Amino acid sequence: MTLRLRLLLSFAFISVFTAVAVAGAGYVRARDAIVQRAQDRAVTETTNRVEQLYPLPARPVDALVLERIAARVSGREGDALATAHGVTAGSMNPSVITPELRRHVSFGYVGWQRVSHAGRVWLVIGMQLRVSGGGESGIEVYALRPFTSEAEVIDELARNAWLIGGAGLVLALALGLLAAQGVLRPVRALRMAAFQLGQGDLSARVPVRGRDELTDVASTFNSTAASLEHHVGELRRMEADARRFVADVSHELRTPLAAMTAVTDVLDAETAALPGVAGQAARLVNRETQNLTRLVNDLIEVTRFDSGTAALALDDVDVAEVVRATLRLRGFEVTATLPDGVRARLDPRRLDVVVANLVGNAVRHGAPPVTVRLAVDGSWLVIEVADSGPGLAEEVLPHVFARFYKADSARGRSEGSGLGLAIAWENARLHGGTLTAANRPGGGAVFTLRLPVGEPLRAGGAA
Amino acid sequence: MPRVLLIEDDEAVREGLSLALTYQGHAVTAVRTGEEGLDLLARGDNPDVVVLDLMLPGVDGFEVCRRIRAAGDLPIIMLTARNDDIDVVAGLEAGADDYVAKPAQARVLEARIRAVLRRFAVSQPSVQTERYGDLTIDRDGLVVTRLGRPVALAPTELRLLLELSAAPGRVMSRQQLLESVWDQGYLGDSRLVDACVQRLRSKVEDDPAAPVYVQTVRGFGYRFGPL
Repeated sequence: MTLRLRLLLSFAFISVFTAVAVAGAGYVRARDAIVQRAQDRAVTETTNRVEQLYPLPARPVDALVLERIAARVSGREGDALATAHGVTAGSMNPSVITPELRRHVSFGYVGWQRVSHAGRVWLVIGMQLRVSGGGESGIEVYALRPFTSEAEVIDELARNAWLIGGAGLVLALALGLLAAQGVLRPVRALRMAAFQLGQGDLSARVPVRGRDELTDVASTFNSTAASLEHHVGELRRMEADARRFVADVSHELRTPLAAMTAVTDVLDAETAALPGVAGQAARLVNRETQNLTRLVNDLIEVTRFDSGTAALALDDVDVAEVVRATLRLRGFEVTATLPDGVRARLDPRRLDVVVANLVGNAVRHGAPPVTVRLAVDGSWLVIEVADSGPGLAEEVLPHVFARFYKADSARGRSEGSGLGLAIAWENARLHGGTLTAANRPGGGAVFTLRLPVGEPLRAGGAA
Repeated sequence: MPRVLLIEDDEAVREGLSLALTYQGHAVTAVRTGEEGLDLLARGDNPDVVVLDLMLPGVDGFEVCRRIRAAGDLPIIMLTARNDDIDVVAGLEAGADDYVAKPAQARVLEARIRAVLRRFAVSQPSVQTERYGDLTIDRDGLVVTRLGRPVALAPTELRLLLELSAAPGRVMSRQQLLESVWDQGYLGDSRLVDACVQRLRSKVEDDPAAPVYVQTVRGFGYRFGPL
């Protein structure tokens, strides 16, 4: 059950309870008072009339006497009835007198009762007449007085009570709705802000108004978000600093390396003729200069991916041709399945980097035969590079694309910069594609590169 | 013996490249700033090719590139920071014919120098100039005119135009053009072709945005004509 519904139901319950209590009690008390007063008046009036009959004539009671008594008691707007020893006279219908009223009167009391008769409400009043000296005369008098006007007043009271109760209920529901809105608006604001925070918008805050429990929650939320933003900002700044440092170092290394690299060819040519240790030393320097150059170039490449400055130089190519060129230029001996006519829009030099790296790894770390397979899967082109070696250990698989990750910690650094697969992975991502590593069921590792084919190619359309 | 003007501000790199190029038989003149290089050119010291670092103090490499290009058709090879795409594109737009990313082995730079200095291959003996719309191409004299006036084309631009117009109507991929015009291995930088096509169009087309001579064939490459 939502908070809104619960609030509304509570308000409705309270209002109904209050309305019933207040209006109901008021109604009952007013009704009783009105009835009581009307009854008292009617009884007093009837009693007064009856008292005017005294003293009663001391002759035997006959129908004529009863008729006269009834006429005296009835008054202008009512009917009356007198009865004695089984003789009855008067204008009143005797059937409206209930047995219990008769019994009450027969005991000598003055009795009255409200009855419904002929569609209206009446008051029946009954009493015994007494002879002088207090003895019973045997005559009972009943008077029938209309009670309609009082009943109408009571009905109206009841109607008013219902109306006021109903209006109160509507008002209470409206107030409940308002209160729910008032409570729920900050709750909604909190939910929105929490959602934004979750989406990574760390500047999301909620407005803090008033001073209630929800305000406390809001300010706690705000301070939590602020400190989160601060910490994340700090972390990002540190990470950016670290990356900038790597980029700066790489760039600083590049200039001296450029000078050294420029002369490696001269050294290579000259040291071939140098005998003994000097020649070995020069060749070592040359080789390591080239390794260092490759490492720095890879580092710079990685920093460009990190800073988002790496860009695609897209070209429309026959993918098989690019892969064949890669294999040919590097002199890789592999089994290649490269169907012609697979055209795609991609950066051929980046594809070259990826394929060269994957095949190079398969040749170095796996066992022959190494297979390269090109296929098209919908709007994706898929290049699989598989070897027949022992495959990758399970604990290596999740880290295989991590930078400087070495599957075998004992392995020397001469195997490459340690950035090759990371760069291949980034190149796949830059194309909007993926690079994944797995083990084949039959043994051996398989790397799968999936790249989008690119925009649909239309032959012959001149632009 | 090809004469090379090397403009590079870092002393070690300047020395290293001078050493290596001299070793390979080039006559190298090395200067530190763009101003010195432009002065040398203005004084009539005519090298065969300029090797130009883009990051120079004072007048930067792009500006030097533009001024050399404005003055004539001297081939320019720029030295860029490794794979710095913005620099590469801006340098090519400024009129460079080719580029080499630092650090580079001398033989890579040497190969690029040889490529831009390569003699123009005469595809077929032509006794008369070819005429395409407002354009005439004299393959022997290496003169291109438009509406009767000679068009000043940089060496690479001329070679690209000759290559494409040798077979009008035939589509050539960027990789094919890289091989035939830039003498690059198969995996050259296709932006060389695109930048050169842009520069060529701005010189020979009436409306470079709606080219008629050098047309793009989406998904494949470029084509000369049909007019």
